[in-house]
Amino acid sequence: MVTIKKNRLGLMGGAAVAALAFAGTAMADIGDNESLVVNGEIEMVIETDPPEHLQGVFDRIYSGWVFRSDETQAMQADDFENPGMIFADQAREAFDTVMGSEGNSCATCHENPESLADVRSTYPVWDEEHGTVQTVELQVNECMTERMGAEPYGYDSQEMRNMSALISSVGRGRIINVAMDGPAQETWEQGREIYYTRYGLLELSCANCHEQNYGNNIRADHLSQGQINAFPAYRLRNAQLNSVHGRFRGCIRDTRAETFAVGSPEFVALELYVATRGNGLTVEGPSIRN
Amino acid sequence: MKRHTLLAAILTMAATTLNADVIAPSDVVMNEYGDISESLTGEGGNPERGIEVMTDRGLGNCIACHQVTALEEFQFHGEVGPSLDGVGSRWDAAALRGIVVNAKNAFPDSVMPSFYRVDGFIRPGDGYTGRAIEGPISPILSAQDVEDIVAYLQTLTD
Ligand code: HEC
Ligand code: HEC
Repeated sequence: MVTIKKNRLGLMGGAAVAALAFAGTAMADIGDNESLVVNGEIEMVIETDPPEHLQGVFDRIYSGWVFRSDETQAMQADDFENPGMIFADQAREAFDTVMGSEGNSCATCHENPESLADVRSTYPVWDEEHGTVQTVELQVNECMTERMGAEPYGYDSQEMRNMSALISSVGRGRIINVAMDGPAQETWEQGREIYYTRYGLLELSCANCHEQNYGNNIRADHLSQGQINAFPAYRLRNAQLNSVHGRFRGCIRDTRAETFAVGSPEFVALELYVATRGNGLTVEGPSIRN
Repeated sequence: MKRHTLLAAILTMAATTLNADVIAPSDVVMNEYGDISESLTGEGGNPERGIEVMTDRGLGNCIACHQVTALEEFQFHGEVGPSLDGVGSRWDAAALRGIVVNAKNAFPDSVMPSFYRVDGFIRPGDGYTGRAIEGPISPILSAQDVEDIVAYLQTLTD
């Protein structure tokens, strides 16, 4: 195993690990000497011990931030540099706007977005009333349709990605702690099954890239562990917010496979499973990615 | 062994569909190690064109995963698989053909895709559209593509 310590300190210490040639999966140096503190106050856990169910799989888990370039990393450290925050602010307006037949806005029941600070770190979560696992997006639409008498947002619509960015942004810095036991367990197992299935003509699973090869380059891309703690992500490539399910769809499409639909039960299950792979990291969305 | 060069490159598409000597993916015969001794086209490949197949993202895109010093002029070599430098000294043509056709025979559970296979896929898609494939599945590479790659890999000697 190659262990080359990076010697530059702090934020600008950068994820310039691309030049190292790794053998195998365990890489002790990724993330060393780096820290992410947003706006000089929100401290992020960018690497930590793996949750129990991944012990033996990973030595450490890492936020995707660790694998990005110095410039991209720096953008995420300051809300004035982070274009994702513009979209979160747009959702602040929607939050206070009366929508639907009942005369309610989100603020009628939730006072302000900050009152939802514990949401992102605990979702997807089992919903007792509906007997199913719910993502943040499904929960937003439940409020829209059942409590406000409004039309639901499209699962991956601009409005939904904005709202998801707002709900993440107020929860930034909280430690991800998504439950995988109890009634959610069956869905979690379905998600794990999907994670290890080798889809498409290229026959690649999530694990082939993000578990076996994180830290390695695949063509021009530096592979991360495929964590979702930093979603939604503002991607410089398409200059917009990208949702968790949008990312899943892109990755599966790249294996030359028929993808699942955003908002589908399969992607909800996969999201639950992948979320629990990040238990112990912090909520970072909206993040910046290339 | 006959070796058409320029002409072969131009006629690749026609050759793979019309040439009766082409061995279809389901008819490929390999030994217990996954080696395939017979050329899939009945002829030798064109190493020059092999370079194109290896580097083109829409064809083999081999350098997405493999570093090859001789192909340094093409940008962005991956680290998912081993360097292919010297691979022509490590393996003979039959073994190289077997690896490209279906690497999982030589390396069980390999991350490397199978480039000349048409069945056994889960949710096969139509190129990079994310939609289901309609009709019969074509292998990722043609018999000619595979032979051209094998011819090129044989030039990578220590
Ligand atoms: C062919 C390789 C490949 C496969 C297979 C693959 N991905 Fe990815 N994935 C990538 C690349 C490349 C990126 C962008 C760089 C990075 O963050 O790893 C990425 C990024 C991601 C991200 C964003 C991480 C971040 O912090 O921005 C998530 C989440 C993700 N993948 C999840 C998945 C899941 C879940 C699957 C399986 C359904 C999957 N991937 C399959 C290549 C792959
Ligand atoms: C998604 C990744 C990936 C792609 C794409 C890929 N390979 Fe590989 N390849 C591997 C891995 C990983 C190995 C190592 C075998 C193993 O243990 O799985 C390998 C092994 C090999 C070997 C044996 C190397 C040795 O030194 O023993 C050859 C030859 C080879 N690949 C050729 C190719 C060619 C030619 C292409 C394109 C047509 C290609 N590969 C595309 C991942 C890939």
